[in-house]
Amino acid sequence: MQSDIKRLSLILLFAPFALWLLLLIILPHIGIVALSLREKVAPRVYEFGFGNYIDFIQEPIYWNTLLRTGSMSILVTILALLIGFPIAYYIAKIAGKRSRGALFLLCLIPLWVSDLIRAFGWILLLRETGVVSSFLQDIGLISQPIEFLYNDITVIIGLVYTVILFMIVPLVSTLDGMGDDMIEAGYNLGGSGFTVLRKIILPYAMPGIVSGCIVVFMMTAGSYLTPILLGGKNSSWFTEQIYDQFITRFNWESGAAFGFLLLAFTSLVVWLGLKLTGQTLANTVAKS
Amino acid sequence: MAVATQNKALLIGYRAYVIAFFIFLAAPLVAAGTFAFNDSLFPALPWQGFTLDWFFNDTEPKLGMFHDRRLLRGLYYSAVIGAMVSFLSVFVGTTNAFLFVRGNFPGKNFFYILMILPLVIPGVILGISILVMASNIANGVEDKLNIELEFLRPGILLVVLGQFSFITTITSLVITARLKKFDYTMEEAALNLGATRAQVLRTVTLPFLRPAMIAAGIVAFLVSFENFNTTLFLVGSESPLTITMYDRMAKVGSTPVLNAVSFFLIVGSGLLALISVVIQRDKSGG
Repeated sequence: MQSDIKRLSLILLFAPFALWLLLLIILPHIGIVALSLREKVAPRVYEFGFGNYIDFIQEPIYWNTLLRTGSMSILVTILALLIGFPIAYYIAKIAGKRSRGALFLLCLIPLWVSDLIRAFGWILLLRETGVVSSFLQDIGLISQPIEFLYNDITVIIGLVYTVILFMIVPLVSTLDGMGDDMIEAGYNLGGSGFTVLRKIILPYAMPGIVSGCIVVFMMTAGSYLTPILLGGKNSSWFTEQIYDQFITRFNWESGAAFGFLLLAFTSLVVWLGLKLTGQTLANTVAKS
Repeated sequence: MAVATQNKALLIGYRAYVIAFFIFLAAPLVAAGTFAFNDSLFPALPWQGFTLDWFFNDTEPKLGMFHDRRLLRGLYYSAVIGAMVSFLSVFVGTTNAFLFVRGNFPGKNFFYILMILPLVIPGVILGISILVMASNIANGVEDKLNIELEFLRPGILLVVLGQFSFITTITSLVITARLKKFDYTMEEAALNLGATRAQVLRTVTLPFLRPAMIAAGIVAFLVSFENFNTTLFLVGSESPLTITMYDRMAKVGSTPVLNAVSFFLIVGSGLLALISVVIQRDKSGG
């Protein structure tokens, strides 16, 4: 009797979980793989084949865009870590008790502001008639308006800006859990600041670092608004290609192939990252 | 202080870096919000004086956001979608939390990782995969039975499903973390005092989870509200606010009414985020 109730409640709890993952994640992904392996041979006539993937390989614009998206996303992830880690460390370990909470709140409150508004703000600051250009003219540093938008550096700054809080917030939580005595012991044993960082702080924070990097990398590679709005027509971001195939050209087969390639490529990068750092998905992202 | 900072100059430099970072963090948001109050037709310098026209004025060319039908409709659809996603994802997030904290079944670790995955799938791919599946079903039914299933075409239902598909992972993680802190002896005490299992759930366990459920619901609402990538592929004629704003930015060019919306959203989402933090912090001692 008791075990029957247990089994029944387990089934009842498993049902929503299974329906959610099966209907909204697993089946749809099988669906796009199946669709991507379909070639159009005549109107409304399709055949199985790898044509969409062959097109991808044969057209340098496509795979260049994917490689560019991937490498720029890795760069953005590294920058977000380098810029964000000292901030997280300051909040968790250096700031006084009262300012710690305030600073962390300053990071949490804008966390969910839309990419669109962030990019819009950068546009107002950086465009030819924008705040920065006007200001530089007013103080006489430049004589003509300068366009700061539509180049790779601006896109990278905008992307780092969009994702960096998703790096800092999990890092603060991780570093918060580390006892100050561990760091002090390191110093007492004669370690320099750098040794303590390398031998004690970084190994302790590694799950948080890897977790932040995975989330940030995936958000960057999958972002759409920031590269388009800050990079303009020539931003060449891979999500733009997917949108183009799906909505503009209405070529769903090829769009599905592109989608699968983006997923496979980003998963490969994440898998390599996990292997290199000796972490697993379960003890990084799952904990944040 | 954790680190014996021998070097005072270093600490000052470090502080300056932190301050510079927070200025960097605030600058675009301040720019996007401030121009809502500029009495000009363009969101740019010079400053023409303070006005609230971009919120409340009811005539062109300075039509304020609270009189702009399309923006208001976008706001309404966003709120409806956000509420539905938030309700659904908190429900499934709660059952998931019980499943993984209380349940014992083969392959539990594997399923747990499966639960995390939607968070690291790019939103664009979730969007297209759900679009493709819904269209396949709708087309199949139309061909075989000659019935048009309108709800499987791009529209509110697909947007809700698309956002729900990954937001559920977030709510599951938040509620799971809370349930792990639950003290079993409280349930046992209630059972010993003669309560039924359903009563224990209703009067002991769920009240304990409530702060996490509310916080998860708020986060779900915020993520849904600001989502663009997944929504873009699933949207029908009922555009939520981010899509309406993007269309206007890309096609018409921006007037300060978009700044007014930005100001409204920054303040609104900031307040909601603050509430979710406070709720979780106040009762985390339990």
